[in-house]
Amino acid sequence: MSKFSKKRGKADPAVSTASLPDIIFMLLFFFMMVTVLRDATVKVEVIVPEATELTKLEKKSLVNYIYIGKPKEKADIARYGSAPRIQLGDKFAEPADIPLYVEQHRITIPEVQRPQITTSLRVDGKVTMGIVSDVKEELRKSNQLKVNYSARPRQGDLR
Amino acid sequence: MLKKRGDSRSRVNTEINAGSMADIAFLLLIFFLVTTTIEVDKGILVRLPPWSEEDPLEAKVEKKNLISVLVNANNDLLVNGEPEQLSSLKDRIIDFITNPTGRDDRPESPDKAIVSLQNDRGTNYDTYLTVYNELQAAYRELRDEEAEKRFGTIYDNLSRDQKKQIVEVYPMKLSEAEATDFGEE
Repeated sequence: MSKFSKKRGKADPAVSTASLPDIIFMLLFFFMMVTVLRDATVKVEVIVPEATELTKLEKKSLVNYIYIGKPKEKADIARYGSAPRIQLGDKFAEPADIPLYVEQHRITIPEVQRPQITTSLRVDGKVTMGIVSDVKEELRKSNQLKVNYSARPRQGDLR
Repeated sequence: MLKKRGDSRSRVNTEINAGSMADIAFLLLIFFLVTTTIEVDKGILVRLPPWSEEDPLEAKVEKKNLISVLVNANNDLLVNGEPEQLSSLKDRIIDFITNPTGRDDRPESPDKAIVSLQNDRGTNYDTYLTVYNELQAAYRELRDEEAEKRFGTIYDNLSRDQKKQIVEVYPMKLSEAEATDFGEE
């Protein structure tokens, strides 16, 4: 009995925290790896509509994005007007630019994966269908048929 | 002299306190946690029809097999010539496809039904997507029901082979006509 108490008294109570930074760094690297920074800043205002039949887009590298909406920045409005515009990559574009944009993305993908390339249409809900129809037509012309109409989950019931 | 110097050196504690290292790393970690958003992109997946320069072939479709959904520039809905509400569109479609009362002006079997969707260039994208969503929801519901009956689980949980069987019963035949150009964009 007395033997035990003697040992306890002698033990150093400080726990080494030297490995704590390593653990935190590991976490840090993990988060740095898994998070993908968006490559293009969105210059148009996009609030996607609500829907229920949603599919998740799996492979980020196999997706190219087309944004349609009203320009956000005042400088852009002064230059292009406030009508809805198409944004490809990080600049404004016309429907006629879409085939090239799609092709430029396509050639970076290995050939076996090319049929799985999806175009994500991130379109503002208030945009009229005219411009969307033009985009769809161009996509069909450039044989990019897999399209995802970006939407967010619907909250509550339909009006 | 030398001995004395050496003595004083050995007495200096050479260990650097690494306790604050964790704090610095934490700070970085929190910065990355806050600035990066793991964005999940969800949406309605569709397959566009291939482009062809020629006019599409006039396919003979019996009128009773066809349900036409029109959305005009005022975002009003017209189903087979009658005004319809967005909220009751799904049930209307389901009722048409399954034809539970065996009406003459409805398809004999669900696999013959064709949904035709047409919008105007002035239609709101929001409305268009909602209508599209309702059409998909109608088919999803029918497929889920059939899957439940046959395999005891919902459609999404089925194997590829089983899914094929269900799709044969309820194939989603959606025909999208070119947008009309009556309304203001």
